[in-house]
Amino acid sequence: MNVEFTVNGTAHTLDVEPNTLLVDVLRSTLGLTGTHVGCDTSQCGACTVHLEGRAVKSCAVLACQVDGGTITTIEGIGTVDDLHPMQEAFRECHALQCGFCTPGMIMSAIDLVERGEAGDEGSVRAGLEGNICRCTGYHNIVRAVLHAAQRM
Amino acid sequence: MYRFNYHRPTSLEEAEQRLDAGEDALFLAGGQTLIPTLNLRLASPSDLIDLAGIDGLSGIDVADEMVRVGAMTRHAEVAASADVQASLPVLADLAGQIGDAQVRNRGTLGGSVANSDPAADYPAAVVALDATVHTTRRTIPGAEFFLSLFETALQPGEIITAVEFRVPKRAAYQKFPNPASRYAVVGVLVAEFDDGVRVGITGAAACAYRSDDLETALNASLAPDAVDAVDIDYDRFNSDLHASAEYRANLVRVMARRAVEALLREG
Repeated sequence: MNVEFTVNGTAHTLDVEPNTLLVDVLRSTLGLTGTHVGCDTSQCGACTVHLEGRAVKSCAVLACQVDGGTITTIEGIGTVDDLHPMQEAFRECHALQCGFCTPGMIMSAIDLVERGEAGDEGSVRAGLEGNICRCTGYHNIVRAVLHAAQRM
Repeated sequence: MYRFNYHRPTSLEEAEQRLDAGEDALFLAGGQTLIPTLNLRLASPSDLIDLAGIDGLSGIDVADEMVRVGAMTRHAEVAASADVQASLPVLADLAGQIGDAQVRNRGTLGGSVANSDPAADYPAAVVALDATVHTTRRTIPGAEFFLSLFETALQPGEIITAVEFRVPKRAAYQKFPNPASRYAVVGVLVAEFDDGVRVGITGAAACAYRSDDLETALNASLAPDAVDAVDIDYDRFNSDLHASAEYRANLVRVMARRAVEALLREG
Protein backbone atom coordinates (compact mmCIF):
# COMPACT_ATOMS: atom_id res chain seq x y z
CA MET A 1 0.00 0.00 0.00
CA ASN A 2 1.09 3.59 -0.62
CA VAL A 3 2.01 5.81 2.28
CA GLU A 4 3.10 9.43 2.25
CA PHE A 5 5.07 11.02 5.04
CA THR A 6 7.73 13.59 5.65
CA VAL A 7 11.06 12.56 7.11
CA ASN A 8 13.52 15.25 8.18
CA GLY A 9 11.75 17.77 5.96
CA THR A 10 11.67 15.59 2.83
CA ALA A 11 8.35 14.25 1.55
CA HIS A 12 8.28 10.58 0.57
CA THR A 13 5.69 8.42 -1.16
CA LEU A 14 6.47 4.76 -0.60
CA ASP A 15 4.88 1.45 -1.40
CA VAL A 16 5.09 -0.60 1.81
CA GLU A 17 3.75 -3.93 2.97
CA PRO A 18 1.27 -3.47 5.85
CA ASN A 19 3.45 -5.58 8.15
CA THR A 20 6.44 -3.23 7.84
CA LEU A 21 7.67 -1.42 10.92
CA LEU A 22 8.47 2.28 10.67
CA VAL A 23 12.04 1.58 11.80
CA ASP A 24 12.58 -0.80 8.88
CA VAL A 25 11.38 1.77 6.37
CA LEU A 26 13.65 4.40 7.89
CA ARG A 27 16.71 2.16 7.92
CA SER A 28 16.28 -0.12 4.93
CA THR A 29 14.23 1.90 2.46
CA LEU A 30 15.43 5.41 3.25
CA GLY A 31 18.94 4.46 4.43
CA LEU A 32 18.60 6.44 7.66
CA THR A 33 20.63 4.02 9.74
CA GLY A 34 21.23 6.44 12.60
CA THR A 35 18.02 5.06 14.12
CA HIS A 36 19.05 1.79 15.77
CA VAL A 37 17.30 -1.48 16.55
CA GLY A 38 18.54 -2.65 19.91
CA CYS A 39 16.03 -5.18 21.18
CA ASP A 40 13.23 -5.61 18.63
CA THR A 41 10.84 -6.09 21.55
CA SER A 42 10.07 -2.38 22.14
CA GLN A 43 11.94 -2.15 25.41
CA CYS A 44 15.30 -0.49 24.74
CA GLY A 45 14.33 2.78 23.04
CA ALA A 46 17.31 2.81 20.63
CA CYS A 47 14.82 3.21 17.75
CA THR A 48 13.23 6.37 19.21
CA VAL A 49 12.27 9.00 16.62
CA HIS A 50 9.91 11.97 16.73
CA LEU A 51 6.44 11.59 15.26
CA GLU A 52 4.66 14.95 15.17
CA GLY A 53 7.38 16.18 17.52
CA ARG A 54 6.90 13.50 20.16
CA ALA A 55 9.25 10.64 20.99
CA VAL A 56 7.97 7.24 19.86
CA LYS A 57 9.58 3.84 19.45
CA SER A 58 9.71 3.28 15.70
CA CYS A 59 9.76 -0.50 16.28
CA ALA A 60 6.29 -0.23 17.85
CA VAL A 61 4.74 1.75 14.99
CA LEU A 62 3.75 0.40 11.58
CA ALA A 63 4.83 2.40 8.56
CA CYS A 64 1.23 2.53 7.33
CA GLN A 65 0.09 4.09 10.62
CA VAL A 66 2.14 7.23 9.95
CA ASP A 67 0.55 7.98 6.57
CA GLY A 68 0.38 11.77 6.38
CA GLY A 69 2.73 12.15 9.33
CA THR A 70 5.89 14.10 10.03
CA ILE A 71 8.93 12.25 11.32
CA THR A 72 12.28 13.47 12.57
CA THR A 73 15.20 11.11 13.04
CA ILE A 74 18.64 11.66 14.56
CA GLU A 75 19.85 12.66 11.08
CA GLY A 76 17.34 15.51 11.05
CA ILE A 77 18.27 17.44 14.16
CA GLY A 78 21.76 18.73 13.41
CA THR A 79 24.85 18.38 11.22
CA VAL A 80 28.47 17.62 12.00
CA ASP A 81 29.24 21.33 11.67
CA ASP A 82 26.13 22.50 13.44
CA LEU A 83 25.21 20.05 16.19
CA HIS A 84 21.88 20.22 18.00
CA PRO A 85 22.40 21.55 21.55
CA MET A 86 21.57 18.08 22.85
CA GLN A 87 24.21 16.49 20.63
CA GLU A 88 26.70 19.14 21.71
CA ALA A 89 25.91 18.45 25.37
CA PHE A 90 26.35 14.69 24.87
CA ARG A 91 29.75 15.42 23.30
CA GLU A 92 30.84 17.82 26.04
CA CYS A 93 29.69 15.60 28.90
CA HIS A 94 31.00 12.40 27.33
CA ALA A 95 27.49 10.97 27.53
CA LEU A 96 28.25 7.97 25.37
CA GLN A 97 30.37 4.90 25.66
CA CYS A 98 29.68 2.41 22.84
CA GLY A 99 27.21 4.88 21.31
CA PHE A 100 24.54 2.38 20.32
CA CYS A 101 21.78 3.81 22.50
CA THR A 102 22.79 7.42 21.81
CA PRO A 103 20.44 8.27 18.92
CA GLY A 104 17.44 7.09 20.91
CA MET A 105 18.65 8.77 24.08
CA ILE A 106 19.06 12.08 22.23
CA MET A 107 15.64 11.90 20.58
CA SER A 108 13.96 11.08 23.90
CA ALA A 109 15.93 13.75 25.73
CA ILE A 110 14.97 16.47 23.24
CA ASP A 111 11.27 15.62 23.68
CA LEU A 112 11.75 15.61 27.45
CA VAL A 113 13.34 19.07 27.46
CA GLU A 114 10.78 20.47 25.01
CA ARG A 115 7.97 19.27 27.28
CA GLY A 116 9.62 21.07 30.19
CA GLU A 117 10.12 17.86 32.12
CA ALA A 118 13.90 17.98 32.48
CA GLY A 119 14.04 20.26 35.50
CA ASP A 120 16.18 18.13 37.77
CA GLU A 121 18.10 14.87 37.92
CA GLY A 122 15.12 12.87 39.17
CA SER A 123 12.81 13.99 36.40
CA VAL A 124 15.45 13.34 33.74
CA ARG A 125 16.05 9.82 35.06
CA ALA A 126 12.30 9.16 35.15
CA GLY A 127 11.84 10.72 31.71
CA LEU A 128 14.46 8.44 30.17
CA GLU A 129 12.97 5.24 31.55
CA GLY A 130 12.14 4.11 28.02
CA ASN A 131 15.80 4.13 26.96
CA ILE A 132 18.30 1.54 28.06
CA CYS A 133 22.09 1.98 27.97
CA ARG A 134 23.81 -1.39 28.13
CA CYS A 135 27.08 0.32 29.05
CA THR A 136 25.17 1.74 32.04
CA GLY A 137 26.50 5.18 31.19
CA TYR A 138 23.49 6.89 32.69
CA HIS A 139 25.32 9.31 34.93
CA ASN A 140 26.86 11.33 32.11
CA ILE A 141 23.71 11.02 29.99
CA VAL A 142 21.68 12.65 32.75
CA ARG A 143 24.35 15.34 33.16
CA ALA A 144 24.24 16.03 29.41
CA VAL A 145 20.44 16.34 29.35
CA LEU A 146 20.48 18.77 32.28
CA HIS A 147 23.27 20.69 30.54
CA ALA A 148 21.36 20.87 27.25
CA ALA A 149 18.16 21.88 29.02
CA GLN A 150 19.88 25.13 30.01
CA ARG A 151 20.64 25.95 26.37
CA MET A 152 17.58 24.81 24.47
CA MET B 1 5.69 -10.33 11.47
CA TYR B 2 3.05 -12.40 9.64
CA ARG B 3 1.23 -10.72 6.80
CA PHE B 4 -2.09 -8.98 7.32
CA ASN B 5 -4.32 -6.46 5.58
CA TYR B 6 -4.40 -2.94 6.98
CA HIS B 7 -7.43 -0.66 6.96
CA ARG B 8 -7.91 2.82 8.32
CA PRO B 9 -11.67 3.48 8.35
CA THR B 10 -13.00 6.98 8.92
CA SER B 11 -16.18 6.03 10.77
CA LEU B 12 -17.18 3.61 13.52
CA GLU B 13 -19.69 1.95 11.19
CA GLU B 14 -17.01 1.29 8.61
CA ALA B 15 -14.70 -0.06 11.32
CA GLU B 16 -17.36 -2.52 12.49
CA GLN B 17 -18.04 -3.61 8.92
CA ARG B 18 -14.34 -4.16 8.32
CA LEU B 19 -14.09 -6.28 11.44
CA ASP B 20 -17.06 -8.40 10.40
CA ALA B 21 -15.64 -8.85 6.91
CA GLY B 22 -12.23 -9.98 8.12
CA GLU B 23 -11.60 -13.64 8.77
CA ASP B 24 -9.74 -12.96 12.01
CA ALA B 25 -9.56 -9.19 12.24
CA LEU B 26 -8.36 -7.07 15.16
CA PHE B 27 -8.82 -3.41 16.04
CA LEU B 28 -5.63 -1.37 16.38
CA ALA B 29 -5.55 1.59 18.80
CA GLY B 30 -2.15 2.90 19.95
CA GLY B 31 -0.49 -0.41 19.19
CA GLN B 32 1.94 -0.41 22.11
CA THR B 33 0.94 -3.94 23.06
CA LEU B 34 -0.36 -5.21 19.75
CA ILE B 35 2.53 -4.25 17.48
CA PRO B 36 5.25 -5.81 19.66
CA THR B 37 2.98 -8.88 19.91
CA LEU B 38 2.75 -9.06 16.12
CA ASN B 39 6.47 -8.46 15.81
CA LEU B 40 7.12 -11.49 18.02
CA ARG B 41 4.71 -13.52 15.88
CA LEU B 42 2.53 -14.19 18.90
CA ALA B 43 -0.56 -13.18 16.91
CA SER B 44 -1.52 -13.56 13.27
CA PRO B 45 -4.65 -11.54 12.50
CA SER B 46 -5.98 -11.48 8.96
CA ASP B 47 -6.70 -7.76 9.14
CA LEU B 48 -5.81 -4.80 11.32
CA ILE B 49 -8.44 -2.09 11.56
CA ASP B 50 -6.73 1.09 12.70
CA LEU B 51 -9.09 3.29 14.73
CA ALA B 52 -6.82 6.36 14.43
CA GLY B 53 -8.62 7.72 11.38
CA ILE B 54 -11.99 8.07 13.10
CA ASP B 55 -12.85 11.57 14.28
CA GLY B 56 -14.29 12.16 17.72
CA LEU B 57 -12.61 9.32 19.59
CA SER B 58 -9.95 11.51 21.16
CA GLY B 59 -10.17 14.27 23.73
CA ILE B 60 -11.02 15.10 27.31
CA ASP B 61 -14.24 16.67 28.60
CA VAL B 62 -14.67 17.78 32.18
CA ALA B 63 -18.19 18.29 33.45
CA ASP B 64 -19.73 18.40 36.91
CA GLU B 65 -18.44 15.44 38.89
CA MET B 66 -17.41 13.68 35.68
CA VAL B 67 -14.33 13.42 33.48
CA ARG B 68 -14.86 11.87 30.07
CA VAL B 69 -11.82 10.64 28.17
CA GLY B 70 -12.11 9.59 24.53
CA ALA B 71 -10.95 6.06 23.79
CA MET B 72 -8.12 7.12 21.45
CA THR B 73 -6.74 9.72 23.88
CA ARG B 74 -3.05 9.07 24.49
CA HIS B 75 -1.74 8.48 28.00
CA ALA B 76 0.57 11.51 27.65
CA GLU B 77 -2.42 13.75 26.90
CA VAL B 78 -4.24 12.62 30.03
CA ALA B 79 -1.10 13.00 32.15
CA ALA B 80 -0.42 16.54 30.85
CA SER B 81 -4.03 17.75 30.75
CA ALA B 82 -4.51 20.78 32.98
CA ASP B 83 -8.22 19.93 33.16
CA VAL B 84 -7.57 16.41 34.40
CA GLN B 85 -4.88 17.62 36.81
CA ALA B 86 -7.37 20.08 38.27
CA SER B 87 -10.51 17.92 38.31
CA LEU B 88 -9.25 14.36 38.70
CA PRO B 89 -5.54 14.54 39.62
CA VAL B 90 -5.36 10.84 40.44
CA LEU B 91 -6.06 9.99 36.78
CA ALA B 92 -3.34 12.32 35.47
CA ASP B 93 -0.96 10.84 38.02
CA LEU B 94 -1.85 7.26 37.03
CA ALA B 95 -1.55 7.99 33.29
CA GLY B 96 1.89 9.52 33.89
CA GLN B 97 3.08 6.27 35.47
CA ILE B 98 2.17 4.02 32.53
CA GLY B 99 5.14 2.39 30.78
CA ASP B 100 7.61 5.00 29.63
CA ALA B 101 7.44 8.34 27.81
CA GLN B 102 7.45 6.80 24.33
CA VAL B 103 4.69 4.35 25.24
CA ARG B 104 2.63 7.18 26.77
CA ASN B 105 2.98 9.17 23.54
CA ARG B 106 1.32 6.36 21.55
CA GLY B 107 -0.72 4.21 23.94
CA THR B 108 -4.43 4.95 24.38
CA LEU B 109 -6.99 4.60 27.15
CA GLY B 110 -9.31 2.49 25.00
CA GLY B 111 -6.54 0.16 23.92
CA SER B 112 -5.36 -0.38 27.47
CA VAL B 113 -8.83 -1.02 28.82
CA ALA B 114 -9.93 -3.28 25.95
CA ASN B 115 -6.80 -5.40 26.33
CA SER B 116 -7.44 -6.10 30.04
CA ASP B 117 -3.81 -6.87 30.74
CA PRO B 118 -3.78 -8.02 34.38
CA ALA B 119 -0.91 -5.60 35.14
CA ALA B 120 -2.14 -2.51 33.28
CA ASP B 121 -2.74 0.69 35.25
CA TYR B 122 -5.93 2.14 33.77
CA PRO B 123 -8.16 -0.79 34.82
CA ALA B 124 -7.61 0.13 38.49
CA ALA B 125 -9.10 3.56 37.72
CA VAL B 126 -11.98 2.10 35.73
CA VAL B 127 -13.15 -0.04 38.66
CA ALA B 128 -12.30 2.35 41.51
CA LEU B 129 -13.53 5.60 39.96
CA ASP B 130 -16.99 4.15 39.26
CA ALA B 131 -16.38 4.59 35.56
CA THR B 132 -18.81 4.02 32.72
CA VAL B 133 -17.37 2.48 29.57
CA HIS B 134 -19.13 3.83 26.48
CA THR B 135 -19.12 1.61 23.42
CA THR B 136 -20.67 1.61 19.98
CA ARG B 137 -23.54 -0.49 21.38
CA ARG B 138 -24.14 0.37 25.03
CA THR B 139 -22.67 1.58 28.29
CA ILE B 140 -20.95 -0.84 30.66
CA PRO B 141 -20.33 -0.14 34.37
CA GLY B 142 -16.60 -0.08 35.05
CA ALA B 143 -16.82 -2.64 37.86
CA GLU B 144 -18.43 -5.14 35.45
CA PHE B 145 -16.13 -4.52 32.51
CA PHE B 146 -13.13 -6.75 33.28
CA LEU B 147 -13.97 -10.44 33.26
CA SER B 148 -10.64 -12.24 33.32
CA LEU B 149 -7.15 -12.41 31.85
CA PHE B 150 -7.31 -10.37 28.62
CA GLU B 151 -11.08 -10.82 28.69
CA THR B 152 -13.66 -8.04 28.96
CA ALA B 153 -17.41 -7.61 28.63
CA LEU B 154 -16.89 -6.34 25.06
CA GLN B 155 -18.60 -8.40 22.38
CA PRO B 156 -16.87 -9.18 19.08
CA GLY B 157 -16.83 -6.02 17.00
CA GLU B 158 -17.86 -3.72 19.84
CA ILE B 159 -15.67 -0.60 20.04
CA ILE B 160 -15.01 1.53 23.13
CA THR B 161 -15.68 5.18 22.33
CA ALA B 162 -14.97 6.81 25.71
CA VAL B 163 -14.66 6.17 29.41
CA GLU B 164 -16.40 8.43 31.90
CA PHE B 165 -14.86 8.63 35.37
CA ARG B 166 -16.77 9.85 38.41
CA VAL B 167 -14.87 12.51 40.36
CA PRO B 168 -14.28 11.46 43.98
CA LYS B 169 -13.73 13.75 46.94
CA ARG B 170 -10.18 12.46 47.24
CA ALA B 171 -8.22 9.64 45.65
CA ALA B 172 -4.71 8.27 45.26
CA TYR B 173 -3.03 5.56 43.20
CA GLN B 174 0.06 3.72 44.35
CA LYS B 175 1.83 1.03 42.42
CA PHE B 176 4.81 -1.24 42.77
CA PRO B 177 6.19 -1.15 39.23
CA ASN B 178 8.08 -3.97 37.65
CA PRO B 179 11.51 -2.33 37.38
CA ALA B 180 11.96 -3.35 33.73
CA SER B 181 8.53 -2.96 32.17
CA ARG B 182 6.89 -0.47 34.57
CA TYR B 183 3.78 -2.62 34.51
CA ALA B 184 2.17 -2.83 37.96
CA VAL B 185 3.25 -5.87 39.94
CA VAL B 186 0.45 -4.53 42.12
CA GLY B 187 -1.37 -1.20 41.85
CA VAL B 188 -4.04 0.06 44.23
CA LEU B 189 -6.35 3.02 43.69
CA VAL B 190 -8.31 4.22 46.71
CA ALA B 191 -11.09 6.74 46.08
CA GLU B 192 -13.34 8.41 48.62
CA PHE B 193 -16.81 9.33 47.36
CA ASP B 194 -19.70 10.83 49.29
CA ASP B 195 -21.34 7.42 49.21
CA GLY B 196 -18.30 5.46 50.34
CA VAL B 197 -14.78 4.32 49.59
CA ARG B 198 -13.95 2.33 46.46
CA VAL B 199 -10.74 0.34 46.07
CA GLY B 200 -9.49 -0.86 42.70
CA ILE B 201 -6.67 -3.36 42.45
CA THR B 202 -4.61 -4.22 39.39
CA GLY B 203 -1.67 -6.57 38.91
CA ALA B 204 -2.68 -9.00 41.64
CA ALA B 205 -5.29 -11.22 39.99
CA ALA B 206 -6.40 -12.23 36.48
CA CYS B 207 -7.93 -8.80 35.96
CA ALA B 208 -8.60 -5.58 37.85
CA TYR B 209 -11.23 -5.83 40.55
CA ARG B 210 -12.78 -4.00 43.52
CA SER B 211 -11.69 -5.26 46.90
CA ASP B 212 -14.75 -5.73 49.11
CA ASP B 213 -12.56 -6.46 52.15
CA LEU B 214 -10.50 -3.29 51.84
CA GLU B 215 -13.59 -1.21 51.09
CA THR B 216 -15.35 -2.51 54.19
CA ALA B 217 -12.33 -1.76 56.36
CA LEU B 218 -11.77 1.71 54.90
CA ASN B 219 -15.46 2.61 55.09
CA ALA B 220 -15.26 1.83 58.80
CA SER B 221 -12.10 3.88 59.20
CA LEU B 222 -10.33 5.75 56.42
CA ALA B 223 -6.89 5.41 57.98
CA PRO B 224 -3.65 3.64 57.01
CA ASP B 225 -3.87 1.34 60.05
CA ALA B 226 -7.27 0.07 58.91
CA VAL B 227 -5.53 -1.71 56.04
CA ASP B 228 -3.26 -3.74 58.31
CA ALA B 229 -6.11 -5.71 59.83
CA VAL B 230 -7.44 -6.86 56.45
CA ASP B 231 -6.69 -10.44 55.56
CA ILE B 232 -5.96 -10.39 51.82
CA ASP B 233 -7.25 -13.56 50.20
CA TYR B 234 -4.65 -14.55 47.60
CA ASP B 235 -6.12 -17.89 46.51
CA ARG B 236 -6.68 -16.61 42.99
CA PHE B 237 -3.72 -14.22 42.78
CA ASN B 238 -1.14 -14.45 40.03
CA SER B 239 2.06 -16.26 40.82
CA ASP B 240 4.84 -15.84 38.29
CA LEU B 241 8.53 -15.04 37.97
CA HIS B 242 7.87 -11.47 39.07
CA ALA B 243 6.14 -12.25 42.36
CA SER B 244 4.43 -15.09 44.21
CA ALA B 245 0.75 -14.82 45.08
CA GLU B 246 1.64 -14.43 48.74
CA TYR B 247 4.05 -11.60 47.98
CA ARG B 248 1.42 -9.90 45.85
CA ALA B 249 -0.99 -10.10 48.79
CA ASN B 250 1.54 -8.28 50.89
CA LEU B 251 2.03 -5.70 48.14
CA VAL B 252 -1.74 -5.11 48.03
CA ARG B 253 -1.65 -4.24 51.71
CA VAL B 254 1.44 -2.02 51.37
CA MET B 255 0.18 -0.19 48.27
CA ALA B 256 -3.28 0.26 49.81
CA ARG B 257 -1.71 1.70 52.93
CA ARG B 258 0.41 4.09 50.88
CA ALA B 259 -2.62 5.08 48.79
CA VAL B 260 -4.61 5.90 51.94
CA GLU B 261 -1.68 7.92 53.28
CA ALA B 262 -1.41 9.84 50.00
CA LEU B 263 -5.17 10.40 49.89
CA LEU B 264 -5.18 11.80 53.42
CA ARG B 265 -2.33 14.17 52.54
CA GLU B 266 -4.69 15.78 50.00
CA GLY B 267 -6.53 17.23 53.00
